[in-house]
Amino acid sequence: MVGFQTLLYKEVLRFWKVSAQTITAPILTAMLYLVIFGHALEDHVQVYAGVSYTGFLVPGLVMMSVLQNAFANSSSSLIQSKITGNLVFILLPPLSHWEMFGAYVVAAVVRGLAVGTGVFVITAWFAKLSFVAPWWILLFALAGAAILGTLGLIVGIWAEKFDQLATSQNFIIMPATFLSGVFYSIHSLPPFWQAISHFNPFFYIIDGFRYGFFGQSDIDPVYSFAIVAAFFVVLMTLALRMLKSGYKLRH
Amino acid sequence: MAAIQITNVEKRYKNLRALDGVSLTIEQGEFFGLLGPNGAGKTTLISIIAGLNRADAGSVSVHGYDVVHQYREARTRLGVVPQELVFDPFFTVRETLRMQSGYFGVKNNDAWIDEIMHNLDLTSKADANMRALSGGMKRRVLVAQALVHKPPVIVLDEPTAGVDVELRQTLWKFVERLNREGHTVVLTTHYLEEAQALCNRIAMLKGGKVVALDTTSALIKRISGSQLVVELADGSLPDNLKPLVSHPDELVSGNKFTLRVNEYQEVEAILRAIREQGARIVDMQLNQADLEDVFIQIMEGEK
Repeated sequence: MVGFQTLLYKEVLRFWKVSAQTITAPILTAMLYLVIFGHALEDHVQVYAGVSYTGFLVPGLVMMSVLQNAFANSSSSLIQSKITGNLVFILLPPLSHWEMFGAYVVAAVVRGLAVGTGVFVITAWFAKLSFVAPWWILLFALAGAAILGTLGLIVGIWAEKFDQLATSQNFIIMPATFLSGVFYSIHSLPPFWQAISHFNPFFYIIDGFRYGFFGQSDIDPVYSFAIVAAFFVVLMTLALRMLKSGYKLRH
Repeated sequence: MAAIQITNVEKRYKNLRALDGVSLTIEQGEFFGLLGPNGAGKTTLISIIAGLNRADAGSVSVHGYDVVHQYREARTRLGVVPQELVFDPFFTVRETLRMQSGYFGVKNNDAWIDEIMHNLDLTSKADANMRALSGGMKRRVLVAQALVHKPPVIVLDEPTAGVDVELRQTLWKFVERLNREGHTVVLTTHYLEEAQALCNRIAMLKGGKVVALDTTSALIKRISGSQLVVELADGSLPDNLKPLVSHPDELVSGNKFTLRVNEYQEVEAILRAIREQGARIVDMQLNQADLEDVFIQIMEGEK
């Protein structure tokens, strides 16, 4: 347990020491999205009755920040340690695969939620929000961060170079988050793209999260959460197997 | 129970046979040297002991615990100083050492951390960021990191490569003390005089195989006696001395010869033979064989 706590502490301290880059910068980015898209589309788009477009946008942006930063934390920490060689300090001690998994994912959740909270506090100034089901908000935020933290762990273990990491970030994580309904409801999409969206797990995370605020969603939050939880279990099993077998870590 | 038990370990990297059936027993309390040229398999073997690499066949245990199946028990008993100069640029020296303690499950370890830092002359750098340290200082931190959990077995993979005299002396003084206090020490180095001075037993590896394994003194005795180096003018080496020449190419060129001498009385006969031949000795040295001679002989013998 001390091993897990220490690795978690190290992982949190690592991003905290460069918080301008790991927390403040993504908050600023999200704020820019809100100001620009909100300003441009406020009078043209209404997704849910009684909810302004800016109001609709806030939970999406919060969740997008949570997801992207949770992924960035575990993946960049691992790839940096692998490339600089200091991963050896984690591999030499008697840390179990559960401890490593737990520490990297919880640290990713902490960063995701820290950025998400920051984005929320700033963007909430710009829109009137309601909190219909706060437990759903918390539950989907935690689940989303844990999923992306785990995905970051998997990609961090798999990638051997920074550009492989950048590729997965730019070609998988970014499109999947953008196309998950951050800026729109999927009901506004043509039927084909609506159907495709249902295969994007990130869509359920954002949709369920938004339900917590407005009590309105494209999908029943219970159904969304079941899909999200199942997705997490699949990723967790994969990550634990990789860590236990020493895949790409112990040759 | 052995400190480290290595049984028929094999490791392949594609077409390269890095370890080819290595078996070794390192007893508790030994100061053990693992020598060999680059690519002999020393670091691969250490990585397998440390759990950084997995053997394709065979097994390794530390204090009786299998390094794969009982990795927690094995790793708790092992402190490894890696060869590469690696560090985490986010943290200070003290943070680095506290975290390394925590990874090994040791809480509130400041007293021991202070003692290690004191012994490795790191105290003044305790709150410096790792990035700001010189190469030698980073090397000291690596050694300190391996010792935070007071492991009974310490493995040092070329700890003095590219390191100045002062650090070497500081390091060896501390490691010898730990060895006297009962820690087992396993050392790889390219500095054979270091190995000769420190290790009580030595294994030599070549091409992934153990080609020699003995106490340091027994290894040195393999090259019996000494070597007499003579440089001649006015004449050549007498024919009856030619079989004593250690390096055959000396007979082809030059006038400097290295002759094997088993006992000191033989020196007198050699000198007489040279004088009777009419040659004049310009320079002369009598050298004791050392580990380097043994190393070269064994490695050449394995070609």
